[in-house]
Amino acid sequence: MTEEPVDVLIIGAGASGAAVAWSLADTRMRIVCLEQGGTSNPSDFPSAGRDWEARRSSDFSISPNQRKRPTDYPIAEDNSPIKIVNFNGVGGSTVMFAGQFPRFHPSDFRVKSLDGVADDWPVDYATLEPFFEQNDRMMGVSGLAGDPAYPPKGHDHMPPLPLGKAGQAVARGFNKQGWHWWPADVAINSVAYDGRDKCINLGACISGCAQGAKASVDVSYWPHALRAGVELRTHCRVREITVGDDGMATGAIYYDQDDTEQIIKAHVVIMASNGVGTPRLLLNSKSKAFPDGLANSSGLVGKNLMLHPYAGIQGIFEEELDGYKGPHKGIQSQEFYETDLSRGFVRGYTYELSRGSGPVNTALTGLSKGRIPWGANHHGAFRKMYNRTTSIFAVCEDLPEEHNTVTLDASLTDGHGIPAPKIDYTLSDNSRKMLDHALARGSEVLRAAGATDILTTAPLQMAGWHLMGTARMGTDPQRSVVNEWGRSHDVKNLFIVDGSIFVTSAGVNPTSTLQALALYIADQMKQRLANLFD
Amino acid sequence: MSNPFSEQETQSLLILVGMIIPASEEFGVPGADDETIFADILKSASPHHSTLAGMLAVLDAEGGDDIAQTLRQSQPSGTALLEKLTVESYYRDDRVMRSLDMETRPPFPKGFDLDQGDMSLLDPVRDRPVFYRKQHDPGE
Ligand SMILES: Cc1cc2nc3c(=O)[nH]c(=O)nc-3n(C[C@H](O)[C@H](O)[C@H](O)COP(=O)(O)OP(=O)(O)OC[C@H]3O[C@@H](n4cnc5c(N)ncnc54)[C@H](O)[C@@H]3O)c2cc1C
Ligand code: SF4
Repeated sequence: MTEEPVDVLIIGAGASGAAVAWSLADTRMRIVCLEQGGTSNPSDFPSAGRDWEARRSSDFSISPNQRKRPTDYPIAEDNSPIKIVNFNGVGGSTVMFAGQFPRFHPSDFRVKSLDGVADDWPVDYATLEPFFEQNDRMMGVSGLAGDPAYPPKGHDHMPPLPLGKAGQAVARGFNKQGWHWWPADVAINSVAYDGRDKCINLGACISGCAQGAKASVDVSYWPHALRAGVELRTHCRVREITVGDDGMATGAIYYDQDDTEQIIKAHVVIMASNGVGTPRLLLNSKSKAFPDGLANSSGLVGKNLMLHPYAGIQGIFEEELDGYKGPHKGIQSQEFYETDLSRGFVRGYTYELSRGSGPVNTALTGLSKGRIPWGANHHGAFRKMYNRTTSIFAVCEDLPEEHNTVTLDASLTDGHGIPAPKIDYTLSDNSRKMLDHALARGSEVLRAAGATDILTTAPLQMAGWHLMGTARMGTDPQRSVVNEWGRSHDVKNLFIVDGSIFVTSAGVNPTSTLQALALYIADQMKQRLANLFD
Repeated sequence: MSNPFSEQETQSLLILVGMIIPASEEFGVPGADDETIFADILKSASPHHSTLAGMLAVLDAEGGDDIAQTLRQSQPSGTALLEKLTVESYYRDDRVMRSLDMETRPPFPKGFDLDQGDMSLLDPVRDRPVFYRKQHDPGE
């Protein structure tokens, strides 16, 4: 069945798709968003049941390969030490995100000029600043003004999330070392905001927030976008973007909720399927005019995948901490954020608090790290760890390298027979050195905080949550996929707004910057409506 | 789902989970081989029958004194699965939760309280000059 062409087709209802849909809605254009997953019902989230920890490895696993819902697509990732995690449904990966919401720094957009590596972005912090502000207001951000690691931010935050016992212990450690720390910007309500209640410390943020305090975009942006007239079609999986004889995108072919093939025609197509889903879809959209995949004349679709290697440092304390109670996030340190070549690597990282664990997770960590044995001594060893651990994670800047790729797997397909993505990723020497530095300094700070035993892991395996770089932006069509305002160099009515377009990854979580960029691109589109395709 | 494990497999599993977490008088807790807890483990183990049965067969063949060590070396993924299923069921048992001073309820809807914390800890950081790097000053 075909229908009248829509003005704008958005593919993906996650962080970037929701932001762009909401922003474009005031044009009164007909906007349709196709999303392969469904809408979550908060009462189904694990924290409403006694088996909440167990469900983290089944239907609420962060790994699509473990979760295996019909709405997920499999990912071939044997060739990567870091595995891809995501969520496929309205809200996208923000349904499972932890809500840590730092912005990129001004210097992050000028990596080549400042440090001689990678490339500068074609946009800068000052250009994005109003969109950071707009996005913070839409999402709702708790935090505290005055962080010396950042330029001033122009809006009032909600008050910071509670430090808790764990936050205070780690803060004392940073103070003893004389190192920077600050309450993190977090997209979680510390007070009621925008019709959503405040956080009640369920401690299950990455399994979905049953309270609605976390600003996953299904509860933040989408209600506003829907009220403004955007049409959201769920359980609609796009197979390919279609193109006409003139080389312009004409719409998409997708499978609807009854698995029936449908064609949708559109004047403008916007990709918001994330740093793995978008290159997959572009590579699956081959045609006579685009034999190597859509918008791929540069050959860079799927290349330069950046994942943010994480170092995990867990301290075991004698004092009682928060356990699993409270949001995962709370404070961060940017002591080692900017380049200092005497450390042996270029660029840097942020430490973020990861508060504590429930009993199951505590026992499994203890068993796997040799701290909790089988047998009679299980109980005593368990009690030494339970409620007495806290962690810091280092989010390490990953530099773009063309050999880190998303391609199509030769045999693996999703439930509709669409070729699945394949990840090939290796850690660079720079990343390894950064991880080692982060483990060493992180161990020092947790010891200073009072930890009597330290467990370290790097890179964290199940931590490919930040998916960036696979359709990078730039002004040179031979070295980038989209231009400085998100439009494909090759296909003038095709836009990309998700993490694929990142030029570099910075040493912070990406979603605040990713959404600011999506709002900026929407704004550019609105300003250029009369000559959008010139 | 009915129990897909044979009687012998069920017995072996019962022994193994009791080895992972035995009852303790000192802490006043049952072991993972307690009737109620084991029934819960078996329920969640059912979909993993083939992995666990394979592991048990190897154990029967290899035996050895240190069963934990033997299993971890020869069957790492099966062993990790059994440990996971065991602790998942064990630590949601009312008696075990009470022994850890946990309320026997899911986190939602009541939630928990969290210490707001002493914000004067920030004083030394507030005194620090701004240190973010300006984007146009290479080497600054
Ligand atoms: C466990 C976890 C913790 C995280 N924690 C943080 C954090 O603390 N801070 C932070 O900044 N970031 C965090 N992230 C990352 C954050 O969630 C992502 O950066 C963000 O959601 C990316 O936005 P996006 O729009 O690019 O993609 P997504 O939000 O992933 O949305 C993409 C959407 O596209 C849909 N889609 C894909 N392909 C198709 C298709 N063919 N047809 C139809 N629909 C399709 C998907 O179903 C999905 O809903 C976390 C992620 C995870 C998984
Ligand atoms: S800790 Fe707060 S944000 Fe996290 S799940 Fe609970 S209520 Fe939601």
